[in-house]
Amino acid sequence: MNFVIPDFAPAIPEIVLLALASFILIADTVWSVRYKHATYYATQISLVIVGLLLLFSFTSETTVTFHESFVRDAFADVLKLFIVIVSIGVFLFSKEYLANNDFYKGEFFSLGLFAILGMFVMVSAYNFITLFVGLEIMSLALYAMIAMQRDSSRATEAAMKYFVLGALATGLLLYGLSMIYGATGSLTIPEVKAVIDAGKANATVLAFGVVFVVIGLGFKLGAVPFHMWVPDVYQGSPTPVTLFIASAPKIAAFAIVYRLLVDGMPGLVVDWQQLLIIMSILSMVVGTVIALVQTDFKRLLAYSGIAHIGFLLLGFIAASPEGYSAAMFYVLIYAITSVAAFGIILALSRKGLEFDQIKDFAGLNQRNPWLAAMMLIIMFSMAGVPPFIGFYAKLVVLEEVITAGFTWLAIIGVITAIAGAFYYLRVIKVMYFDTPDHDSALPATTREMSVAVSVFSLSLLVMGIMPAWLMAVAYNSLLM
Amino acid sequence: MSLGYPILSTLIWLPIIVGFIVLFAGRNNPAFAKWFSLGGAVLTFILSLPLYFAFDTTTSAMQFVERLSWIPQYNIEYFLGVDGLSMPLILLTTFTQILVIASAWTVIKERVEQYMGAFMIMQGLMIGVFAALDSILFYVFWEALLIPMFIVIGKWGGPRRVYATMKFFLYTFLGSVFMLVAFLYMYFQSGSFSILDFHAMPIGMTAQILIFLAFLIAFAVKIPMFPVHTWLPDAHVEAPTAGSVVLAAIMLKMGGYGFVRFSLPITPDAAMTLDLLVIALSLIAIVYIGFIALIQSDMKKLVAYSSIAHMGFVTLGMFVVYAIVRETGSVEGAALGMEGAMVQMISHGFISGAMFLAIGVLYDRMHTRDIGAYGGVVNTMPWFGFFAVVFAMANAGLPGTSGFVGEFMVILSAFKANVWWGVLAATTLIVGAAYTLWMIKRVFFGQVANDNVAKLQDLNRREFIIMSILAFVIVLLGVWPNPLLEVMHASVDNLLIQATTSKLY
Repeated sequence: MNFVIPDFAPAIPEIVLLALASFILIADTVWSVRYKHATYYATQISLVIVGLLLLFSFTSETTVTFHESFVRDAFADVLKLFIVIVSIGVFLFSKEYLANNDFYKGEFFSLGLFAILGMFVMVSAYNFITLFVGLEIMSLALYAMIAMQRDSSRATEAAMKYFVLGALATGLLLYGLSMIYGATGSLTIPEVKAVIDAGKANATVLAFGVVFVVIGLGFKLGAVPFHMWVPDVYQGSPTPVTLFIASAPKIAAFAIVYRLLVDGMPGLVVDWQQLLIIMSILSMVVGTVIALVQTDFKRLLAYSGIAHIGFLLLGFIAASPEGYSAAMFYVLIYAITSVAAFGIILALSRKGLEFDQIKDFAGLNQRNPWLAAMMLIIMFSMAGVPPFIGFYAKLVVLEEVITAGFTWLAIIGVITAIAGAFYYLRVIKVMYFDTPDHDSALPATTREMSVAVSVFSLSLLVMGIMPAWLMAVAYNSLLM
Repeated sequence: MSLGYPILSTLIWLPIIVGFIVLFAGRNNPAFAKWFSLGGAVLTFILSLPLYFAFDTTTSAMQFVERLSWIPQYNIEYFLGVDGLSMPLILLTTFTQILVIASAWTVIKERVEQYMGAFMIMQGLMIGVFAALDSILFYVFWEALLIPMFIVIGKWGGPRRVYATMKFFLYTFLGSVFMLVAFLYMYFQSGSFSILDFHAMPIGMTAQILIFLAFLIAFAVKIPMFPVHTWLPDAHVEAPTAGSVVLAAIMLKMGGYGFVRFSLPITPDAAMTLDLLVIALSLIAIVYIGFIALIQSDMKKLVAYSSIAHMGFVTLGMFVVYAIVRETGSVEGAALGMEGAMVQMISHGFISGAMFLAIGVLYDRMHTRDIGAYGGVVNTMPWFGFFAVVFAMANAGLPGTSGFVGEFMVILSAFKANVWWGVLAATTLIVGAAYTLWMIKRVFFGQVANDNVAKLQDLNRREFIIMSILAFVIVLLGVWPNPLLEVMHASVDNLLIQATTSKLY
């Protein structure tokens, strides 16, 4: 057997990221003693470098390398770029909170970079093994990040829960993948597709495999009935970590759903479509209904996130290239909106006040009208009220699901959207119509944080007025 | 007809930009916020006049059209244009806005810039609703409008404002999402979101019925029709005066406008089949809600219920068309009902606005809307009493006021369709006179009721100007409605053809 040196070119962003992350991990031990912010800036610079690298080597061609286990195409590039953008936002928002809460450790940033590396690998996975490796790189880094606040029992509990359920999910996913391997005799996604399309695989085994794969993916996405970990982890984790978990990994999870179900098993669409319909309806309904009674803002966002995942799945249910691009559009918007929403919590929190209860927002309009206006934009965008971008995200998935002939599903979707509007409105009500129960003035939010919040929130409005370009990005990366 | 510049875009975006400038620059400077908003409102009104004077009354085609690609992936366009149905409503909006801004001059003391900014932004969005010819663009304006209104009622409203504003938002949101699903379905069938393409596309009966019902929910909530009217009294009672004026004068018209722009031309066969449903709901609104208005002790609530009854005429006039066609086999005479409905919308805009402004004048002085707290106001406020009686007469539909024209036309066509409907509709002239005049009697006439009333000051110059402009318009339209009917004529005829031509394939 000849050893062929694989083509490293497509994986250069990952390689650079790995090198930089490793360097920062080691360098942090040296320079963190003398320069407090060195690691933070090095992390951001690394992300910018990787982002620029992706941007300038952007390709719409599909290149496969490492013995067909790694793929680089427009889809992967776009998602990676957004993972980078969202992560830059995450670290930007986290810095101040970490510093204020004696939690400003270099490991946070290097673990974050490794998690991003894992997401990159997931996005580019063309083989079950690669996919699994990417997933584990990401998950292990995230478990550690949650548990970093060692003396917080809530964080430890969240980490344990995330770890145990995450391991269970990974197990189920692996089990499903192994069944598919058993049925098709291949681990490579295009070969699996070819075997299934040729009808050479054992249908029963395949069906079992699909069920386990979908369950595993459901866990990772946080879709009902596999959502139990989401609220507890969101609530228990330190807010910067929640922000991270709620944003970039969703993009990566979207990517593996696409790679496995659409790239790998389009022949089994009837099987997984049924499962996704059930998960989608349950997610929309359960997420919305439980969110109605939350008083903790992070829990509220967790349940509303579950409902958003239900909407996202509608795009997959449509089972058309337009539907997948609608889902992709949705996940990108969702990630950006999440960063903005948790970013506001971080911008307002200070030592001793997490600002993660809805009542903490009381009278925000009197205390800081600008941030209140930004929150207003985020909430209405999440509720899907035009002219904010969240509306278009819902619009496109609903349109695609109607085109696919599931008008009834669209009606369930809009009904849950109405109920959902209620809890977003409640937050706005608290901010604008209530008076704060304690008179203490808010400490001034730093300029850096205000600008960051404004950029992310206003982008929801600007994109809402001109949604065409982002839609074009999502469309062209899948339809070209 | 088109002018050398995009007049509709100007009318939409100018107030919105003014609104944002006020929001930012008006902080800690309420005087600037007020004057700048007033300037913006007056300028917008002046700029909207060419719509009327350059309007081509001979055609039903869309005029002043602007069309740009907006979201090419879904063929969504930035498509604006007006015809004889929407143009008067835009003028109503720009006109009312000046009064709305002026009415809040001294009343609002807290966060003036947010209040003024919200109203200016709302104005731009309302014009957008009436001018949009792309259904998604229409929906964007329609929904975006809820945001400033939600804030206005919730922040500057009365004691139960939070409940009222939530109810307002959720009711309207509930209605409109079904409309959105209908739009999406029609896009799936036709490949276009343009309203004009929707008008032309054939639709099967089942689909038509479902689309019609989706529209009915959306527009019935907005108008509001019985039985989904319950948000309106709450919203009106709790909203600040200017909020009530905008709600009654313009936002309710959006529902009626929705029927003529969407329901009738897009789903004529379903409308023909289900016309009795709408007519029945309209008659219930006219009669039953009229009686409910009679027993109210809160003036704003009374006017709110009277609004629902008056809007019943709008829907009655629109749907009685089908009954006439069935009865006589031709659209002859149906035009009367349709034009009556349109006139009633414009006229009710002025009258309800005037009534709420008048109540606002009293409320600013006495801080109560309870009829029992008043009595003999005319003794201390003679000028105000004069105007209030004029408005009340118009509300009761007295000939010579604009309130008479629309109601009379609708009642006439109702008689043509079915005598009993005509009789029922005509009872409103009695009930309407009863609740309005009884309120006037209790508030204005008789002995001066208490010391507070005795200390009332008559209208100041600002209020006097507002009231006289409104009284002038109401009487003018009452004795000479022709300018209004003229611009609608071609469009109403075209609408009747669309509304009675089957679209089944």
